[in-house]
Amino acid sequence: MGTISFLILFPLIIALILLFVKSDKTRKPIVIIGAAVIAIFSIILVAENFSKGSLFFFPHEGTTELLSLGFGDSKLSLIKGDAGLASEILSYAMIAIEAVLCLLIVVLGIKYKKYLASILAIIQTPLLIYFEVTKGHEISIENNFYIDKFSMIMVLIIGIIGSLITVYALGYMKDFAHHLKEGEKDRNPLFFFLMFLFLAAMFGIVLSNNIVWMYFFWEITTLCSFFLIGFTKTQEAINNSFRALIMNLLGGLAFCIAILFMGNYFDFLEFSALLDMGAQGVAAGQANPVIALVVALLAFAGLTKAAQMPFNSWLLGAMVAPTPTSALLHSSTMVKAGVFMIVKLAPLLGASSILDIGPGFMVMLVGGVTFLLASFAAVSQSNAKRVLAYSTVANLGLICACAGTGTPEGTWAAIMLIVFHAVTKSLLFLCVGTAEHNVGSRDIEDFDGLFGRMPKLATFMIIGISAMYLAPFGMLISKWAALKSFVDAGNVWLILIIVFGSAVTLFYWTKWLGKMVAIVANRTNIEEKVNKSEWFTLTSLIGLIIVITLIFPLLSSTFVVPFIEGVYAPFGTLVSAAIAEDNMIILVVMVAFILVLPLLFYGKTNKRVVDLYMAGVNKGDNLTFIGSMGQEEEVRLRNWYMDDVFNEKRVNRIGLIVTCVIFTLTFSYMLGMGITLYKMITGGAL
Amino acid sequence: MAYVTKSPWVIHYDGSSCNGCDIEVLACLTPMYDVERFGIINTGNPKHADVFLVTGSVNEQNIPVIKQIYEQMPEPKVVVAVGICATSGGVFKDCYNTMGGIDTVIPVDVYVPGCAARPEAIIDGVVKGLGVLGEKKAGNYKAAVVQADEEEVEVQSFGETTDDTAVATDKEEV
Amino acid sequence: MEFNITPVMIVSALAYLVLGPVVGCLIAGIDRKITARMQGRFGPPILQPFYDVRKLLEKEPVTVNNGQDFFVMAMLIFMIITGCLFFIGENLLLVIFTLTTAAIFLVLAAYSSNSPYSQLGAERELLQMMAYEPAVLLIAVGLYMVKGSFNVSDIISGGPIAVLPLLGIFISYIFVLTMKLRKSPFDLSMSHHPHQELVKGVTTEISGRSLAAIEVSHWYENVFLLGFIFLFFANGSILWGVIGIVAILLLYFLEILIDNGYARVKWQLAFKWCWKITLICSGVNVIVLYFLKMYNLV
Repeated sequence: MGTISFLILFPLIIALILLFVKSDKTRKPIVIIGAAVIAIFSIILVAENFSKGSLFFFPHEGTTELLSLGFGDSKLSLIKGDAGLASEILSYAMIAIEAVLCLLIVVLGIKYKKYLASILAIIQTPLLIYFEVTKGHEISIENNFYIDKFSMIMVLIIGIIGSLITVYALGYMKDFAHHLKEGEKDRNPLFFFLMFLFLAAMFGIVLSNNIVWMYFFWEITTLCSFFLIGFTKTQEAINNSFRALIMNLLGGLAFCIAILFMGNYFDFLEFSALLDMGAQGVAAGQANPVIALVVALLAFAGLTKAAQMPFNSWLLGAMVAPTPTSALLHSSTMVKAGVFMIVKLAPLLGASSILDIGPGFMVMLVGGVTFLLASFAAVSQSNAKRVLAYSTVANLGLICACAGTGTPEGTWAAIMLIVFHAVTKSLLFLCVGTAEHNVGSRDIEDFDGLFGRMPKLATFMIIGISAMYLAPFGMLISKWAALKSFVDAGNVWLILIIVFGSAVTLFYWTKWLGKMVAIVANRTNIEEKVNKSEWFTLTSLIGLIIVITLIFPLLSSTFVVPFIEGVYAPFGTLVSAAIAEDNMIILVVMVAFILVLPLLFYGKTNKRVVDLYMAGVNKGDNLTFIGSMGQEEEVRLRNWYMDDVFNEKRVNRIGLIVTCVIFTLTFSYMLGMGITLYKMITGGAL
Repeated sequence: MAYVTKSPWVIHYDGSSCNGCDIEVLACLTPMYDVERFGIINTGNPKHADVFLVTGSVNEQNIPVIKQIYEQMPEPKVVVAVGICATSGGVFKDCYNTMGGIDTVIPVDVYVPGCAARPEAIIDGVVKGLGVLGEKKAGNYKAAVVQADEEEVEVQSFGETTDDTAVATDKEEV
Repeated sequence: MEFNITPVMIVSALAYLVLGPVVGCLIAGIDRKITARMQGRFGPPILQPFYDVRKLLEKEPVTVNNGQDFFVMAMLIFMIITGCLFFIGENLLLVIFTLTTAAIFLVLAAYSSNSPYSQLGAERELLQMMAYEPAVLLIAVGLYMVKGSFNVSDIISGGPIAVLPLLGIFISYIFVLTMKLRKSPFDLSMSHHPHQELVKGVTTEISGRSLAAIEVSHWYENVFLLGFIFLFFANGSILWGVIGIVAILLLYFLEILIDNGYARVKWQLAFKWCWKITLICSGVNVIVLYFLKMYNLV
C-alpha cells in the first residue's frame, strides 16, 4: 500500500540526492531529515497494520479494495484488485536493472581478476531473465507485498536502528574523511548513497511476497555490501569485498534456482503460497521433495547471507569497512535478512513436518556448529571488531539453530534473538567505532583504562556487553528460550552445543567487560572530541536497549506470539512463549533493579583510597613498580586469548569440514529422495 | 572484646635474614604448634593482614618494601619483629648496608629476640601483639607501643634468650 | 499475567535470608575443623569464620578505587537473590543464570582494581566459570528430562529419584562442586584460608568490610550449592529427603577429603579435565537419557 511503496522509494530518492551532495553541510540536514522520515514512517506502517494481523498487498493503493476473509480463528485480510499490469512493468524494470548490475559485476570481476564473481553473475542473472521471459510472466502474482507481525518487527529494526546508524555515520564519516591521505578523493557521497539504497532494499526484502522481487532486493543488498566493504579501495578491502560478493552470489544462485523450481513445478512465485503448500503437504502427510528442495535452496541462500560456516569468512573480512557499515549491514540488518528468510521458512523446517531430514536438519546443524565454533574463535581475538564479528556469526548461528528446530518455541527464541541482537550489536559496533577514532586503535588491549579516558563511552560499552550475555538482559532470555526449545525438541546435539557455546560466550565477553570496568590511574578525559551525531545515536540505542529489555514481555505477547500463532495455525501446533510469564516478570524486576543499583552505589565511597598491591614496590602512581632486581617496571595487564585451545585457524578449518559434510549430506540425500520418487512415479525410467 | 584479637591474620616478610627465623615462623603453622588454634592465618596479602611479622634486619633495598607493606595494612595493625636481626640488626648491625632493626623504619610493637627465634617465642610474640591490637582497637595506641618497647628491650641479647617454661604458661593462658 | 506469591515462598526466602549465613558459617567452621583434624592439627574454634568476618567489619575501611565496592555489593545481592529464587522453588535455569551473574560481578570487582594479582585471579576465575558452566546447565537439562519441569518446587515434590538416571551428571556435578567450593585441586583463582595462591587472587585488593561481604556471600553460595545436591535425591517422600540430607553431608565430607588429598593443578589441566568430564559423563548421560525417553524407558 502507500506506506510500503513510500518506505521503499523514499530512501531510494534520498540516496540519489545524496549521491550528488558534495559538502558536509548540505548533507547533514538531508540525512537527518531522511532518517527521521524513514523512522517515523516505519512506525506509521506498523501502527496502521498492527490491529489487522497479517496482510497481503498490491503495489497500488488506488486500485485496491479490501476484503476480509475468515481464516481459522485469526482474521486474514486480503486486498484484491487489478494492478497486475503495474506489477508486471515493475518486474521488467527490475530485470533490466538486474541485467545492468550483472554486467557491472562481470566487468569488475574481470578488472580485478576475480573471475569467479563474473562467472557466478553470468550464470544466475541470464538464467533468471530467461525464466522471467519464458515462464515467469505467465504466472500471475496475486500479492506482491506481505506484512505480518514479524515483518513489522523487521521494519522497525531497519527503520529505527538503520536510520540511527545513518545519523551516526554523519559524524563518523566526517572524521573518516579527515583521515584520508593527500590527493585521495572524498567518496562520502557514494557512502551515503549506498547506505540509503541499502535501507530501501532491506525494506523491500522484508515486505516482498513476490519472490522474484525479494531476489532483486536481496541482490541489491549484496551489491551494497560489496561496494561498502571495498570502500577504502585498499588491496585488503578489495579482496575482502570480492570474497563477500562471491559467497553472497553463491547464495543468490541457490535463490535463483529455488525460484526456477518454484515457477516451473508449482506455477506460483509467492512466498506465502510456498508456506501454504508446505503446510498442506504436512497436513496431508505427504512429503514433497521439490518443496523440500526449494526450501533447502532458500535456506542455503539465507545461510550464506547470515555468514554461517563455511561462509563466515566474508563477514570477518567485511570488518575492513567503515564502522557504520559494519553496524548497519553486517550486524543489525543485512545479515538479518538471511535469518529473516530462515525464520520465515521455520514452519517448513521443523521436525513436526515431514521434511525433517532435509532442510531443517541442515539449517539446525549448520547453525549450531557455527554458534559453537564462532564462539570459540571469538575467544582468541583481541581486535574488537573481529570479536564482534565472530559474536555476530555465532548469534546468527544460534538464531538459525533455533529456527531450524521448526518448533514454535524455537521460532520465538529466534525472533527475540534477532531483536535483541540487532539493537545491542549495532550499539557495540558504533561504540567501537567511536573508541577507534579517539583512541587510535580497535584492539581491546588498547582500550586499557577507557573508563578514565572516555567514561560515558565505556559505560555504554559496559551496558552493551552486559546486554549481550548477562542475566537478566535480553540476549540471555533468548538463549534460555533456545535451550528450552532444544530440550523440548529432544535435540541432544544442540543442547550440548548451546551449553558449551554459551560458556565460551561468557568468557570472551567478560574479559572484554573486565577491560572496560578497570579503573586505571592517570587517564585524561578525551571524550569531548566525539561528534554530537555519534552521541545522539549511541544514547538513543542505549535507551532502546533499556526500553526493550523492560517491555519485552509485552513485545512477546503483542508481536511474537501472535505471529507464531498465525504461522503455526495451519500446522495445528500448540503455541506458547518459551518462557513462563512469571519468570519474565522476575527478569524485568531484576533489570530494573540492576539499573537502579549503580545509580545508588556506583562511584561513591567514603573509604580511604589506597595504592595497589604489586609484585614489587608500588611507585605510588599505580602504574609502575620497582621489581625484584631494583629496576622500574611498568604495569601492563593483558587478557587471556587461549590460542592453543581456541586457535582461530583450526576452529575455522573444523567448521569448514563439518558444515560442508552437512551440506553435502543434505543435498545428496534430497537428490536421492527426489530421484527415487521420480522413478516411482514414472515407473522406473529416468 | 575486640574481634581482631580472635582472628589475627599474619603477613610474614623476610628483610635480610639467614632464613633461620623464617623457617621457625613456618614451623608455627605445622601440626606441632598449629597456630590456627588461635585463628591465626598466614596470609600473603598486606591488605588482609593484622599482624606484620618481620624477620631479618633492614637494609637499603628493602626499606621501601617494608614501609609499603606496613602502609598497605589497614588499621588496627601490629608489627612483630622476629629474631635478633629484626629487633636490633643482630650481628649485622654494623654492616655497611644494614640500617639495624625494623624499628629504624616502622614502629614496632613487639620484639621477639632469638637466633633463631623459637616457634614458642614467636607464638608468644604474636599473642602479645594481640593484646596490643586489642588496645589499639580500644584507642590506647600510644601506650601500647611504649609498653611493648619497655617490656621487650630488656631481654635483647644473643643466643638462648627465651625461657621455655614462661612461654608455655603464656600459651596456656591464651 | 499471573505471578503467585504464596506464604510458603515468603517463609522459605526469609529462612534462607536469615539461616543461610548461619548455616554457611557453621559449615565453614566445621570444614576448617575437619581439615585441621585430617592434617593432625587441633584446628580453630567452630565459630572461627564468624570471628573472621566480625574482625573484617571492625577493620579500617580502605579501597583502591571508588568502583570496586559496587561490584562486591552487587555480587552479594545477586548471590542472595540466587539462593532465594532457588529456595522458593523457582525455575532452575533462572537460578543458574542469576548465579552466573553474581559470579561475574565478583570477577568484575577483581578486574576493576586493575591490579596484577587481581587480574590474574579474575582471568582464572573466568576460566573456571567457562569450565563448569556447561556441567551446571546440563544438570538443569537432565533434571528437566527426568522430572518434566525446570521448577525447583516441582523437582523436589515428586517424580522419580533423579540420581540414578542422572548418575553421569551427578558425577560431573561432584567434580564441578570442587571448583565452586574453591577446594583444592581447583582453588586457582582465590585460594582458601591457609593458602596464598596469587596473593589471594580475586580478593587481593579487597579488604575490610568488602572482604567480609565476599565471605558472607560465600556462605550463602555454599548453602545453595549444597542444596543443589538435594535435587538429585528428592522425590517428595520423607525417606528420600533424609537420604538427600545424608548425601549432602557425605558429599561435603568427600569434598573436604579431596581438598586435603590433592595438590593444586594448573589452570590448563583444570579446564581440560572439567570439559572432558562434562562431555563424557554429562554429555553421554543426556544422550542415553534421550534414547531411553524415546523408547519410553524412563
